[in-house]
Amino acid sequence: MEHNDAKTAIKAEDWFELGGHKLTNRLFLGTGKFPNKQVIPKVIAAAQNQVITVALRRIDLSATDENVLNYIPKTNILLPNTSGARTAQEAVRIARIAREAGCGNWVKIEVISDNKYLLPDNYETIKATEILAKEGFVVLPYMSPDLMAAKAMVEAGAAAVMPLGSPIGTNRGIKTKELIRILIDEIPLPIIVDAGIGKPSEAAEAMEMGAAAVLVNTAIATAQDPVGMAEAFYLAVKAGRQAYLSGTAATWEFAQASSPLTGFLSEV
Amino acid sequence: MQIKLNGQWVQLEQGTNIAQIVEQRGLHPHGVVVEVNLNIKRREEWDQTILQENDEVEILTFVGGG
Repeated sequence: MEHNDAKTAIKAEDWFELGGHKLTNRLFLGTGKFPNKQVIPKVIAAAQNQVITVALRRIDLSATDENVLNYIPKTNILLPNTSGARTAQEAVRIARIAREAGCGNWVKIEVISDNKYLLPDNYETIKATEILAKEGFVVLPYMSPDLMAAKAMVEAGAAAVMPLGSPIGTNRGIKTKELIRILIDEIPLPIIVDAGIGKPSEAAEAMEMGAAAVLVNTAIATAQDPVGMAEAFYLAVKAGRQAYLSGTAATWEFAQASSPLTGFLSEV
Repeated sequence: MQIKLNGQWVQLEQGTNIAQIVEQRGLHPHGVVVEVNLNIKRREEWDQTILQENDEVEILTFVGGG
């Protein structure tokens, strides 16, 4: 790819295939924790995400709360999560219900029985992946970055693997960097870093490592200006991906002078 | 008769079907899924599925989430 003109390099089609869709935008957006629903379409316009996550819950019979779907453009690919599930069976139940809503067959498997760190249960997630992949879902398992668990998810039919950077909602960044790097090197599926990305620079960091995409929710939803922050993340993901494609320079232990040696200054 | 609706016991007229219960509560069917006794009821089945005493009905929809 030519990199002489940075603008054309970014615009040149960089995409990956997922669930039969061509994704040119590598920022996935979550819809939880926003101050109100009205801001969501503006955030989507700024993030330019193609994929968006939602959760499944009992409809609020007492409130006239508008359906979150009314705030999401029909062109977005819906990625329902199985949040609330503590076991593979519960995740499978939620996924089947979500698919019945008629908005697609993608599912983010989220199986969590740890209420302190919200760390996912890799074992139950593998089981749910296998069942749902067989039923034709496009399965994106949210997982704790462990190479053996990721391999099992590949075997089970996952379409991508979503390792966490740090616990949900903590905004602590890519604490699991070394383990994610191993997944990127060894797993032949898109690696989508999900959870804990707290700043655009951290999204760029994940993309520079070679992640296929990142999923960001809390850092955007709870920013002072969610729309502004969504745009910052959009730019950061583009920058990080561009850096990865351009081949980041090597790191050195000692200084490597940037200017040539002087010859004309006299030695003392 | 009584049924459990989203975890709460409610009174219903005999012979009420799912389509009616959704409509009675002013709910728009878009993005809404109904389970009766842990069985998903497809939209096409809503008119024919008559609720029985002590049925456990869940009316579910998408909400914001990460």
